[in-house]
Order: sequence, then C-alpha cells, then structure tokens
Amino acid sequence: MKPSQVTTLEGNEAVAYIAYRVNEVCAIYPITPSSTMAELADQWASEGKTNIWGNIPLVVEMQSEGGAAGTVHGALQTGAMTTTFTASQGLLLMIPNLYKMAGELTSAVLHVAARSLAAQGLSIFGDHSDVAAVRQTGFAQLASSTVQEGHDMALLAQASTLEGRIPFIHFFDGFRTSHEVNKLTLIPDETIRAMIDAEQVRAHRGRGLNPDHPFIRGTAQNPDIYFQARETVNPFYAQLPSIVQQKMDAFAELTGRSYHLFDYFGHPEAERVVVIIGSGAQTLIETVAYLQTQGEKVGVVNVRLCLPFSAEHFIKVLPATVKAITVLDRIKSPGATGEPLYADVVTVLAEAYANGTLPTPAIPRITGGRYGLSSKEFTPAMAKSVLDELKKDKPKNHFTIGIDDDVSHSSLEYDAAFDIEPDEVVRALFIGLGADGTVGANKNSIKIIGESTPLYAQGYFVYDSKKSGSRTVSHVRFGPNPINSPYLIHSASFIGCHQFVFAEKIDVLENAGHGATFLLNSPYGPDEVWDRLPRSLQQEIIDKDIRFYVIDASKVALDTGMGSRTNTIMQTCFFAISGVLPREEAIAKIKESIKKTYGKKGEDVVKKNYIAVDQTLARLYKIDVPKEAKGTIDLPPTVSSKAPEFVQQVTAMMMAGKGDQLPVSMLPIDGTYPSGTTQWEKRNISAFVPIWEPDICIQCGNCSFVCPHGVIRSKFYPETRLKNAPEAFKSAQINARGFPGTRYTLQVYVEDCTGCNLCVEVCPAKSLQQSGVKAINMKPKEPILKQELANIRFFEGIPFNDRSKVDFSSVRGTQFLEPLFEFSGACAGCGETPYVRLLSQLFGDRLIMANATGCSSIYGGNLPTTPWTKNAEGRGPAWSNSLFEDNAEFGLGFRLTADKHLEVAIQLALELKGAVNPALVDQIIEAPQATESQIRDQRIRVAELKAALIVLDTEKAKDLLSVADHLVHRSIWIMGGDGWAYDIGSSGVDHVLASGRNINILVLDTEVYSNTGGQMSKSTPMGAVAKFAAGGKPVAKKDLALQAISYGSVYVARIAMGANPQQTLLALREAEAYPGPSLVLAYSHCIAHGINMEHGLKQQDLAVASGHWPLIRYNPALRESDRNPFVLDSPRPAIKLKDYAFNELRYKMLSRSHPAESEELMKLAQQVVNQKWEIYEEMASGSGSRFHPDASVKQKSKK
Amino acid sequence: MDFTTNYMGLKLQHPIVASAGPLSGTLDGIKRLEDGGAAAVVMFSLFEENIRHENEAFSHLMESGTQSFAESLSYFPDVDSFHVGPDSYLNLLRQASESVKVPIIASLNCVTGEGWIDYAKQMQQAGASGLELNIYSVEADLDATSEEVEQRYLDILATVKSTVKIPVALKLSPFFSAMGHMAKRLDQAGADGLVLFNRFYQPDIDIQALEVKPSLGLSSAGEIRLPLLWIALLHGKLNASLAATRGVEKPDEVIKYLLAGADVVMTTSALLRHGPSYMTVLLDGLKAWMEARRFSSVAQVRGGMSRSKVANPGAFERANYIRELESFQSAYI
Repeated sequence: MKPSQVTTLEGNEAVAYIAYRVNEVCAIYPITPSSTMAELADQWASEGKTNIWGNIPLVVEMQSEGGAAGTVHGALQTGAMTTTFTASQGLLLMIPNLYKMAGELTSAVLHVAARSLAAQGLSIFGDHSDVAAVRQTGFAQLASSTVQEGHDMALLAQASTLEGRIPFIHFFDGFRTSHEVNKLTLIPDETIRAMIDAEQVRAHRGRGLNPDHPFIRGTAQNPDIYFQARETVNPFYAQLPSIVQQKMDAFAELTGRSYHLFDYFGHPEAERVVVIIGSGAQTLIETVAYLQTQGEKVGVVNVRLCLPFSAEHFIKVLPATVKAITVLDRIKSPGATGEPLYADVVTVLAEAYANGTLPTPAIPRITGGRYGLSSKEFTPAMAKSVLDELKKDKPKNHFTIGIDDDVSHSSLEYDAAFDIEPDEVVRALFIGLGADGTVGANKNSIKIIGESTPLYAQGYFVYDSKKSGSRTVSHVRFGPNPINSPYLIHSASFIGCHQFVFAEKIDVLENAGHGATFLLNSPYGPDEVWDRLPRSLQQEIIDKDIRFYVIDASKVALDTGMGSRTNTIMQTCFFAISGVLPREEAIAKIKESIKKTYGKKGEDVVKKNYIAVDQTLARLYKIDVPKEAKGTIDLPPTVSSKAPEFVQQVTAMMMAGKGDQLPVSMLPIDGTYPSGTTQWEKRNISAFVPIWEPDICIQCGNCSFVCPHGVIRSKFYPETRLKNAPEAFKSAQINARGFPGTRYTLQVYVEDCTGCNLCVEVCPAKSLQQSGVKAINMKPKEPILKQELANIRFFEGIPFNDRSKVDFSSVRGTQFLEPLFEFSGACAGCGETPYVRLLSQLFGDRLIMANATGCSSIYGGNLPTTPWTKNAEGRGPAWSNSLFEDNAEFGLGFRLTADKHLEVAIQLALELKGAVNPALVDQIIEAPQATESQIRDQRIRVAELKAALIVLDTEKAKDLLSVADHLVHRSIWIMGGDGWAYDIGSSGVDHVLASGRNINILVLDTEVYSNTGGQMSKSTPMGAVAKFAAGGKPVAKKDLALQAISYGSVYVARIAMGANPQQTLLALREAEAYPGPSLVLAYSHCIAHGINMEHGLKQQDLAVASGHWPLIRYNPALRESDRNPFVLDSPRPAIKLKDYAFNELRYKMLSRSHPAESEELMKLAQQVVNQKWEIYEEMASGSGSRFHPDASVKQKSKK
Repeated sequence: MDFTTNYMGLKLQHPIVASAGPLSGTLDGIKRLEDGGAAAVVMFSLFEENIRHENEAFSHLMESGTQSFAESLSYFPDVDSFHVGPDSYLNLLRQASESVKVPIIASLNCVTGEGWIDYAKQMQQAGASGLELNIYSVEADLDATSEEVEQRYLDILATVKSTVKIPVALKLSPFFSAMGHMAKRLDQAGADGLVLFNRFYQPDIDIQALEVKPSLGLSSAGEIRLPLLWIALLHGKLNASLAATRGVEKPDEVIKYLLAGADVVMTTSALLRHGPSYMTVLLDGLKAWMEARRFSSVAQVRGGMSRSKVANPGAFERANYIRELESFQSAYI
C-alpha cells in the first residue's frame, strides 16, 4: 500500500486497498479477473498490514467460491466485518449464500470484477452477465466505471451497507477496470474512518450469534409466515437509495469527489440520452462531450446504484427535454423481453407515465441494446452510432453494437474511423513478447510519469491466448488531464514494435495515426532496415507520414551486459522520442527509476543499466523514409492454402487478430469447433530447435515421450520409401531385431517447437567423440528451416505405423503412435502436456475427455486454434469442458451414456441378429477388446454391421446405427489439475471414484493453481510458498492416493514421467484396462514452481528420489489372485527432501523471507516424508488379504 | 604447558583453528567445532558472486512467464520482506558470535568494490572477530597481467582495511611469480594475517562421458609442502600473522607447520574425516610431541625450522630441488 496521496494502481488494487482496510475477515478463492484482490489481501496480511482498527485481517483461502461464501456468511453471522472477491462462475457458486445473507439483512460488501459466464464457450473477459445473474438475491448492486471510482465506491458500499443493512455487490468491469492501471487519489485513513460509523460496526457485531445472548436465525418456515416474513425487509430496500446518496454526499464533503445514484452528463436540454452501467459510461461521456461541441443535444446517464433501482432518483436526472432513450446492457438475456437495465428503465418510465410523474411531456421512445460482451470493444464510434440511431423515427430496438450480426440483423453500423481522442494525449502502443518485459517496462513508465510528474497516465494490456511465445500489446496514454478512455488505442501517436519478427508477420502499423512515431527493434541497422520491411509496411509508413526510428536493442543489451533484457532500452527510446516529457528530464527519471528498482542488486547492476540507457541514446537512429515503397517482401498468409475452409475463413481471422470482424453467421451456433487446428498455426516462437543426429541415436524414444508440444515424431518404414526423399532427409537403420531393410526417422516439427530443451535433457545417447553432443541438440533454426520444411512434408507422406503392430508396453514403442494432441499453447517445457499427449497416443482414437477448467482446458480448448486432433481415419479424442467444479460428474455423464448406449446397441443387435449376420452379432458382443489388434478387429466387424444395417433400412436398423459406434469400447477420461481434484471438484472426484463405474481420472498435479497464477491448493506441499500461502504452507499435502485406495475398488497410481517413464506408461495402461474407476496422479512440474523449466524432468526425478512423490500402483484386480494390490514402484528415498525442494523457488523463497519458519517447516515436511514412506512400505509388504476385496470389479469382469 | 597463540591480535587458547568449510554452515556445526576443541572458527565463505547469481536467478524465476497471459500475470506472492542477500550468513554469524566463546572469523569472497565494503562492514557489525578475505579467482583471462592481479589484491585489502576495524587476513593463492615479494607488499599494506594457501578448483575430465567434472576432494598430508615452504620462508620477515592451511591429517602436520613458523594451523579435511572432536587428537598429539621434547610453549616451537632458523637455509631453496631430484628413486632409472 502506498503512503502517498496520488499514485498509480490497477483497478483491482484500488478496490482491495479499501476492502482490506474496512474488514476483519476475507474468505477468498481465486478466479480471473478478481484473483489479484484476494492475492493482495493475503499478501498484505502476511506483511502484517493492518485495517483501520489496527488489526490484521484474517485471510483464508477456501476450496471454492461456494466455500468462500459459506465462510463469509458464517463470519458475518458471528459479527465480523467480512468480505470476499470474485467473478463470473464464482459469483454463481455463491448464489445460495447470497440469498441467505440478504434475507438476514447482513451488512457486507462483495467486490466483483464483472466477467462473462460460460455459455457456448468460456470467457475470462468482462461483461455484466455474472452480476445480472444474481439480481434476485436481494443484494444491492453498486457499479464503478473507473479505477478511481472503484476505490471510492468500495468505501461507499461499505458505509452504506453498515447503515442500510442490505449487503452490497460492488462491481466494476473485469479487465477493463480491474486490470487498467491509472492515476488516482488515495482515500486517507482518516477519511475511511470518518465514513465508517463505529457505532454501526459495533451494531453489526452485536447482531452476531452469541451464546451469552442466544437466539436462533436460519429457521425453517412454513406456508403460514414465509411470505410475510419475506416482505419484512421492504423498508430497508426503500430507504437504501437515500442512504447511499447521503454517504455519497458525505464523501464529497470529505474528498471533493461527488457522486450520485445516477450521474447525468450532457446537454441540459438533451433530446437523446443513453443509460449505461460501468466503464462504457466513460466512452459515452467522452462522446457526448464531443458531440455537444458539434451542436448535438445529447446526454448519458451513468447508473451507479443499479439495485435497488431508484425510480425517483432516475426520473430526476433525466432532462425534461428528452425525446428518446436507449439503454445499453453489457449482457445478453436470451428469450427475455429485454436485458435487465432496459427492463428497469422501461418499467420506471412506464410507471412514471402512468403516475403522472414523468418530467417529459410524453413518454420518450425507449430502445435497448447490447454491447461489450466479453470485453468486446465499446468505442466512441460505437457510442456515436447508438446516439445517431436515436435520431431516426424508428430506431432499432434490441440492437447490438460492436459486432456484425448478419443473422438476426440486430447490429447497428458504425464508422470505425470516428476518432475523438484529443491531440494533447500521447497514445502509445507497444507490441512485445510476453517474455521480453515490455508490459513490465510500460507499467514502470506509467509509474514514473503518474507518480513523479503532474501528468496523468493510463495503461491497459492485451495478451494473447497462448501461454508460450505470446504477444502482448500495451495501450498506454499520457496527458495533462485525467484519462478515463476505456477502449483500446486505434489511432496511436507512438508505436513501439519490440520484436522485429512482428513487423515481418503482422500489420504493426494498423493502429498508427497520421504522423505517428514508429520505433522498431531491429537487428538490421539504419542503412539496411528499410529493405528488410514488408512492402505493405513500407507503404504504410509513407502513406501515414510516419517518423521511423530504429534501434538494435538486442545488440545494445548484449554489448552493455544486459543479456537479453531489452525492456530498459526500449523504454529509454520511447522517452527519448515520444515527447511525453522533455528528453533530459525523461532520461533522468528513467535513471532514478533504475536506481530504485536495481539498487538492491548492487551498484554495478545500476551502472550497467545506466550505460545501457546512454548507449541506447547513441544508437537510436531516425530513418530517412524513401518516397516510394520498393520492397520485395510480402506479409505471409496467416495459414497455408491447404487448410480446411473453416480454418481459412474463421480460424485464420482470429489468428490474425481480426476476429472482431467476423460476422455472426461465420461462427458455429452451439460452440462446436473442428478438432486439430493448431497444425495450421505455425508460430515459430523458438530460434533454437532440436536437431537429430541419427548416428548417435539409440532410438529409445525418450525425446518424443517427453516432448510437451508433440513436435518430435518417429516412424519406421521400408528402405524403398526413401527413393524420393529430400537430400537433407535423415534416417537410420532401425536398431530392433527382425526388421531388415527398415529405416527409422525422427522428425522435428521445427516451426511448432517452443525450444524448451526437455528432449535434449532427457536424451541418454552421447557422442563418443565430441564433448557435449547428444543424439538430439538445440541449434539455430534459421539455417535449417527450409530443408526441414521439405523433410516434414516428406515425413508426413510416410504413413504412421500400424497401431496393432506397435509395442504399447514400452516407451520405445510409443514413439511410433501418432500424437492426437499436438502443438498446444502450453508453456514451453510444460510438465502436464507430455502426459496428455501420451494419453492421446495410447487411446486417442477412442478417447472421450472431460476436462476441468484450468491450464489443461486453456491449452486444450482456447481459441483460435486447439490441439486435440484426429488421425487419417478421422478418429480422435472428443473433448469438452463443462466447468471447473463439476468435471468429475460431467465425465461420469459420458460413462453413463456409453454404458446405456452400449446396452441399447447390444439389445438392438440381438433383436436384429437374424436380419443381419448372426455370427457377426455374436462376435461383436463376445469379442474381447483388450489389445489394439482386438479393437481393430472389432472396428472392422462394427463397420460390417453398419453396412448391413444401412441396407436393412428399418427403424430399428436406424436406431442401431445411431448407437453402433459404442460397440467399440470407449476410453473415458476425466482430466484436470489439482485445484480441481483436491479442492473445488474434490467431492465430485470422490463420488465418481465411489461409483464403481469404468472411468479414468488423470490429475495433472502441479501442486498449485497454475492457470490463475500460482495460488495454494490442498495439493501444495508443506513449506512451499504460493499465493495465499506467502508464509509457506503449514499443512502437508493431502494424500489423495490413500483416500482413493481406501475404497478398495479404485485403481490408483502415482506417476512421474521424469523419474520413471516406463512406470508412467504401465500405470496409464493399467488404469485404462481396469474395469472400475481409476485415479492417476501425475507429477507435473510447472513454471509456478519457480524452476528453470529445462530441468523439469530432473526435478521430477528428485521429487521421487526424495520420497516427496513415491511412485505407486494400487490395482484392485490383483486381489482376485490374492496378490498384494499395492505396489511401491520407487526405491527408498535416497536424498533429503531439501535436496529436491531447494532447487525450486517456491521452497527457496521462504528460506529467504522467513528462514526460521522455513527450517522448521522443512524439518516437519521431512518427517512427513519419512512417515509416509513407512506407511507405503508397510502397505507394499505382506499379502493382499489385508486389503478390501473388490466385489464390483469381479462382477464387471464376469460381465 | 602454554599453548596460547596470538593470531592477528586474537588471543587463542591453542594454535589449531577450524578453517572455512562446510562444518561451519550451521550454528550446530559451529558449536560442535567449539566443543571439539577448535581455538577459533573460520566460517565458510560468503561468495558475493553466489549472492548475485542467486539474486539474478530469483529475479529471473520470479519474472519467468509473468506478464504474458491474462489469467496468470505472476506466479508468486510479491512479498516485501523477501530478500536475497547475505542475511542468512550474517544471521548465522550473529548467532554464532553470541553462542560460542571462541573467536569467529568470517570469510568473504567478493567480485565488486562495493561488495567488499558492504559485506565486510556487515560482518563486523554481526560480531565477527576477524575477517578472512578469500580472494579466489582463477586468472583465466589471457589479457590480465600479473601486475593487474597483484594490484587487485592490494586494492581489495586497502578497501577492506579502510572499512573495518577488526583484523583482516588474506587467504592467498600460491600462484604469484614472486610470492615472497607479494607477501611483503600485502604485509606493508596492512594485512593482519596471511593464510597459505587456498586450494583451487582443478577440474578433471570424465573420459567416458566426455565431460569436465569438478574434483575437489579432501586435502591430504602430501599437500602441505607448498604452504610449509612459504611459511618457513616468510616466518619472521613480516608483521602479519601466518596461518597454515591444507593437508593436516595428523598431529605431525600441525607440528611441521608450527616448526615452519605458522601462528595457527587450520584444518577442515581432518575434521570432515574424523569429526570435530578430532581437534582434540591433533592437540593431544602436539602436546605429546612437545612433552617428549620438553617444549613448554608453542611459542618455542614456532618457527624453529623456518628459513631464518634452520641449520641449512638453502634447503628451502634451489639446492633442495636438486637434492630431491638426485634422491628420487624409480624403477625406470
């Protein structure tokens, strides 16, 4: 928390700053985009920061938002000032408690970073779907439209709820406000204290449950009184608007910032008015201000207190001159007469008209429209279109703005070129790579300017959908007046392209305004760079009269000892040429900031940065732009012309960043998208790729086994196939016996490689002559790219090896199975995806996957391109994601369908036996399907049956055809991370394991919530630091394996590919083969562990060697032969826990922040490891009779 | 019998000191060294480069993958009190200084001027009785001249001496063209002690894996010759105390070093082999030898075989080299 009055903060921090100060308890759970608020609360608590009463709030992470809501309710009911932070599905999970809290008139504020709800697809971005979904709960709703307002309204909501007793949801737009960095004035503690009535706080406590003054609350009520009791609260809702306004007035007195329930902005005699909630109001305010200067009589009502909706206050702010009103909702209510705000306004105006209280002579024309769903841009151009529409005699109602709805024709057209941003505002766009520090540097620039000059600053950051090699675009504004423009920059005065590769691939100047400054980080100097640009970019520079600067930031970084850190250099360039500050002053401020940031690291680091700044200025060149574009380079097409039509027309648009332009008709109606689209997105994100050395290779398959992105593939084939091979195509004689004249090739898909180096790390084959050379080595891609593309084309012409002829039981064998999960957007070196890819290889052609929300659902299902693909026969994994919390149950549904439809298919087949082929039907029903060749045979039989059924053409035949595919056994998997399996989905996992059904659960255990940024789960080990466990987790990790084993009928395995790949393979195959429920816990190293991801597999090995992650298999089927079902696959711990743990930042940082606690926790953790090992050893010894018999499996086997 | 010894102005109960090594890595280890009988403990070295490296690694890992993906803009809590630096070393030094009675000498290796100053100051504040500057660097840069290397040693010494009041020793490399002259210059520049000699990392080559392998085993008695030679040559010529380190296996090496002129004899290898209580065995051995020869104090023993006192001083010089060659026996000559 900052001591200064004026600072720059993200919206989330601005809100959490207040929430933390005015509460005693926070029960939290991470969900984007609200997580930061909870994280900050936890961090401040761990740092000992206090609330306004001088105590440190208790911050407790729960297992789900449902759990958080329950805890909030409980803490409130016992009198603590309590809050939580959430969004989207999280808010939905709180609904039952929201009714309770409101029904019991409980003073509380929940802070919501408003976000879309998952419907046809999940979206993490902002709209009001979530808050609209809880309108009936009885919570009041107060909205903020800027970062400053978020800060202010958080306090106003708290002050109001204490007096009014109605609980509040305070919300603001997810990402647009929650993640925007802006300059704001902090509310001093004395003002907070002045707003929070101490007597009301004590009254809140006094209403808490207390055995010294007992009462009961939460009774069960009957038809005689429930209804009346429900109506008792009416006076509280009736007086709440006045209370809120009183608090706003008091706040204005204290701070000078004045708010109203409805703030009107515009012409006092406006004829056209828009009503809107949230950040979009700021767009309208700017647009209305501009249009007024053009003589238009327009206005906007910014709704702050959305519920209770005060008709009286609303009517009062409407100019009496208004003739037409449009209400904009950031939500869709399918099938309703209109969206919620529209419905409120219509009702209010209709009632006022009926009552004769309407200030206008006639009821204005009212229309409603939808805008901004899932953070869709809402620009002044769109705002103008909405206002212009109201000029028409018959304006469109129930319209949409910002999209092209060519199906229902709801959309309004708008002039995208309409631009009202004032020239005094410096509008800068920075295009960078996630890893290059561009965003961090821009946040730093905002801080420099926002906090040490009178200028205002705003920053908003756009990230792409991949976790590796992602592009970031920073939208940064600086100016002399407050900046609240809640939309992206479309006419930039400065564009910084921090990676040359973007200039070669995309139109980086698309959003450059006329006369803008363009700064390019280029390996080509001032004399060469022009000729290296695509011709279209050259033309754009000429047409837009761009001032073009170039610097070789990478070279400057290298020469000045900065390594690969180019952020300071690019930041210096920006300050030097943007004119946002006088050059000398700007440079001095950068140096000041460097001193502040790097001071701790030593004088020489500071000096190094200073030299880099000075060198930057000396090596920054302005280019004399030629009058003509004569370039010979063209921007490459987004996808290959060989891509399917959908990919060409739809996916490619999204990939090119032009998804906003796709009309409604181009998009699937029900969220169904084609499989296997990552293959068309050649991302080329690594400059270094593995190169195979056939002469050294022992063909073990380890490299392809561990490849997280499925870019290493192997095939064996007759020598004769090499006849037309490209010259550079590599092969070796296969080294297995019994394959004369057979060649082996290991092909790297170099354009899809992320350069993670895991393959090189795991390669056991070393050159006998050359030090450091293995059978696979990282080398620069550029020199071999062309030849490798030819090689890949040739390699793809060689058929994949026949699955029925591949040895599934060995790691070596699996390299010949086609991966049906490829080129995902996971982090480089991801520890999860090798397991996922392996599953797809083993069972992919009959796999159906239920995927819990999390990393795996994002790299597995985040558009534009998705990695689950299909084989040459058109078969492949069928994948879906329902929610975070319900994945086990969702997958169980898949099983029930499979069981039911198999039963139906068998029944129909028996009924039609005589009409088709009796022997064939018998075979289909009786044939085993345990091996790949048996499955292949079954597929042939089913195909024969289907052919016969088509000929038969009866109703029953058609029925059987609709379910006949089930006659080939499906492999049903439920997959997710530990946040799901250990926490939010724990009860579902438990229930599915207890169901006895043939279902397989794969837990990709990273021991932390990876996707939302490293929050603690119940899988987080003792002593590890995570968000929400900043002081190190004091409790040991839950042993999910032992829990599952306790059922006796569940196959359980704990695996770690980096420690024992063969055991991994064996366990996955056994799990799949086991006819009951299976649970496989897979150690997945993760970027959230704070490791060099290159060494992820080594860490896996150490995790096992230390006893932290003992490899086990529990196979209930072994009980049938009285064998011990519990097998301990790893040897006794050979190293101490700390020898594994202290290679990871998550453990190590505690030893630096709290050394004594770290030592104590590590000691305890070692004891846990020792004790656990004894238990396992004991379980593994002795006879199987000590374990439950598995009756359910016996029955299934008999079936 | 008087075993007391003065090392850089520190009064020690006897001349055997635990040299910088892993045993001083924990408070328990330091206590065990004291209990084992060490007259003083030189703590393991604080390497500025390690701190910098760790700092860099922490920053890198903290920032790795951040600000790239909208849902996970960071992966770790941003804890204010999180600090990578010499804290843990200084805490241990502080605790040790407060918990044990024998002097604790902190050992320092830095790579920057401000590192030497900051850390030396902090070590003094944390209660170190003395400092040992472990100037450990393999001069691999072919452009670095011997003058530059020597000047660096002198500069570091001057820097630290001007920063702290506690005595300062230098642990030296034997690889100076004019070792004696260098020792003299350091002495004149104010060194309170010279520790002879540092053992350098001399990697091995694995002929199977074709890899360079680190190889730093425990020292053995055969390694005492070089320090023995230089202590014998320098004894009596300098104001600085002389500490012998390397190759102490048995009491014999302690006695030899003392005879050559060492003020203190340091060991880690023997203690790692036999445990901290082996210090008593060394001391008892020294005592027995002194008793047998009727020495009443270590001071009498010290330097008895140094160049200035030995019967044939030439034995420490070239003539000795010739004699060694002559006396060398081999099946091949």
